Amino acid sequence: MSDTIIHEVTQSEYKYGFTTDIETDVIPIGLSEEVVRMISAKKNEPEWMLEFRLKAYRHWLTMKMPEWAHLKIPEIDYQSISYFAAPRKNAPQSLDEVDPELLATFNKLGIPLEEQKALSGIAVDAVMDSVSVKTTFKETLYEMGIIFCSFSEAVEHHPDLVKKYMGTVVPHTDNFFAALNSAVFSDGSFVYIPKGVRCPMELSTYFRINAVNTGQFERTLIVADEDSYVSYLEGCTAPQRDENQLHAAIVEIVAMKNADVKYSTVQNWYPGDKEGKGGIYNFVTKRGICKGENSHISWTQVETGSAITWKYPSCILQGDNSSAEFYSVAVTNHHQQADTGTKMIHLGKNTSSHILSKGISAGVSQNSYRGLVRVGANAENARNFSQCDSLLLGDKCGAHTFPYMEVNNESAIVEHEATTSKISEDQIFYCNQRGISTEDAVGLIVNGYAKEVVDKLPMEFAVEAQKLLQITLEGSVG
Amino acid sequence: MLEIKNLHASINGKEILKGLSLSVKPGEIHAIMGPNGSGKSTLSSVITGNPAFEVTQGSIIFEGKDLQEMAPEKRANEGIFLSFQYPVEIPGVSMVNFMRTAINEQRKYRELPPISATDFLRIMREKKALVEMDNKLTNRSVNEGFSGGEKKRNEIFQMAMLEPKLAILDETDSGLDIDALRIVAHGVNKLKSPENATIVITHYQRLLEYIIPDYVHVLHDGRIVKSGGKELALELEARGYDWIKQEVAV
Ligand SMILES: Nc1ncnc2c1ncn2[C@@H]1O[C@H](COP(=O)(O)OP(=O)(O)OP(=O)(O)O)[C@@H](O)[C@H]1O
Ligand SMILES: [Mg+2]
Repeated sequence: MSDTIIHEVTQSEYKYGFTTDIETDVIPIGLSEEVVRMISAKKNEPEWMLEFRLKAYRHWLTMKMPEWAHLKIPEIDYQSISYFAAPRKNAPQSLDEVDPELLATFNKLGIPLEEQKALSGIAVDAVMDSVSVKTTFKETLYEMGIIFCSFSEAVEHHPDLVKKYMGTVVPHTDNFFAALNSAVFSDGSFVYIPKGVRCPMELSTYFRINAVNTGQFERTLIVADEDSYVSYLEGCTAPQRDENQLHAAIVEIVAMKNADVKYSTVQNWYPGDKEGKGGIYNFVTKRGICKGENSHISWTQVETGSAITWKYPSCILQGDNSSAEFYSVAVTNHHQQADTGTKMIHLGKNTSSHILSKGISAGVSQNSYRGLVRVGANAENARNFSQCDSLLLGDKCGAHTFPYMEVNNESAIVEHEATTSKISEDQIFYCNQRGISTEDAVGLIVNGYAKEVVDKLPMEFAVEAQKLLQITLEGSVG
Repeated sequence: MLEIKNLHASINGKEILKGLSLSVKPGEIHAIMGPNGSGKSTLSSVITGNPAFEVTQGSIIFEGKDLQEMAPEKRANEGIFLSFQYPVEIPGVSMVNFMRTAINEQRKYRELPPISATDFLRIMREKKALVEMDNKLTNRSVNEGFSGGEKKRNEIFQMAMLEPKLAILDETDSGLDIDALRIVAHGVNKLKSPENATIVITHYQRLLEYIIPDYVHVLHDGRIVKSGGKELALELEARGYDWIKQEVAV
């Protein structure tokens, strides 16, 4: 596309760049064993939790930050980060008690809690900074035996469940950021669906980063017991910041026999300004295990934000006949860098996985898909199909695809397809001629391209995702 | 309605239109004929504001407004419609979504609220019937995998949906079978009114038997070199372009 058009379209600024002024309670910056102990103490954690953290911290000290071929990451000074910030006021029980500023913030984002509650019946567990501020519908769920609460509450009220599953999918030794998270994680969500229960509503969490210089270390654990079902939504938008902010979350999913877990994300952390200044570093470890027979996990993600994204929602297909899916749309614009993909580890018999990755790059951004499909020696009849598509807007951005396959069982069928396309000037002009502006035309085309993935999202999320795709590329016609 | 004066336009530095003038009044049908490469599609691109072309001289005034000041989408919303010689495929964008977006952009431009779902579906149904367009086509992505003839029919369907003041049909007849040609021409005639005008670009007299032009112009080497009534088309059909080229050369 012509440079002028690209220029015009890439000029849009981050629409959700604002901050709310909620007092935060910050532990002095820097990381040490003492800070880890302080975090644990502030949260009134039991001894076993502190031990878990310390073990992770000590292991982290032995590790080095990984290096990647396609990400340029400025040196991160882990001693200049504050590892804990919590809203000062006590967690409210109802909306009336929620900080009006926070509600106003959600309103600016167009995702008011009130409306969501009324319209979609979502139980919203809003995470502002590091502590859960609000949980709705908890009681309704509780009557069905479903536990949906903050991670801290789970540690306090359901220690046996937490002890049994925490770190079993993503051990603290897994990688640098997982070790860091395990040492200093602040809060997050915990979900337990008991045997035979279908969770009647989408469970949802909104994450936000809101304190200057505060690393975000969320931790989510979802356990779906035998014959259960749950759909979980995670979404986030972050206010504008000058400092680069580190976000290193962990999400663990356990699906027992016949359980079905659907995890959807719309990610919109602050990506930095047009020059690439500021923006969130998003290093996430997300992994699920299909532990029981016939279990099923699907990851659906729409990634539009962050300056740097490093994220591979993965599945271990351990149970026989288990299946997993990964549906992803990753958009990069300006100076954003994304290295995302998935890992599908086939261990059980007759397991199948499906990968559908759609990358969209604009500006001078770099968008990489990195996927691993591994078939273990005993994984008879494993099936995988991967489709990786890239859409380029302009010719200064990059799209890269790195499919890795390790097949150790001859009965496996592993297929990979990849396409690269560009939005053409002819397509844009055709839309223009029908009265559609270039910006809207790009929105139409991009949403059309991403539709297959966006359609996998729950309805109310899909609408938001479409808006985000358009906003992210606004001005950025290809 | 449309006043083009001494229009010069080029692409990649190469001059294609070399001083073209054309005047179209409401209610008129103008046919433009001319050899391959003479600049007919270029003219339609320039009128509709395709940024690939650069106007180097001359003026295009539409209803008293200077089109060169207007972005292509604005020209469209002012009521100029182009039935493309080569309609573009837009994978992933459904015809329904595309049409609704186009109609709502036009309504927004005219300060009208978005169209209601029921009105939209009703109009879709009416216009589909007008050009006898298959339901299956409107359920697909814009032009994706459409046959040549289906694409052309889809252009006229869109024209019917948008009800332009000035429609430019760039070789809409090429690729249409005999029945389709009749249906599409019938659709175009149905949309005719004393307020709107049509420019028909074609190589063949056949289309002009259905859509009867008030004027026929011959475009050659970036200029209109001959104009006449509908009988000029018959003469061209019989004699070709050489005699005109010779006349020009003299
Ligand atoms: N992108 C381009 N670069 C260079 N020359 C071009 C370009 N596009 C069009 N032209 C040239 O401009 C001239 C006019 O083309 P145009 O498409 O307007 O012809 P036309 O009269 O519509 O022909 P046809 O009857 O074949 O449709 C041709 O010589 C063509 O090769
Ligand atoms: Mg042509």
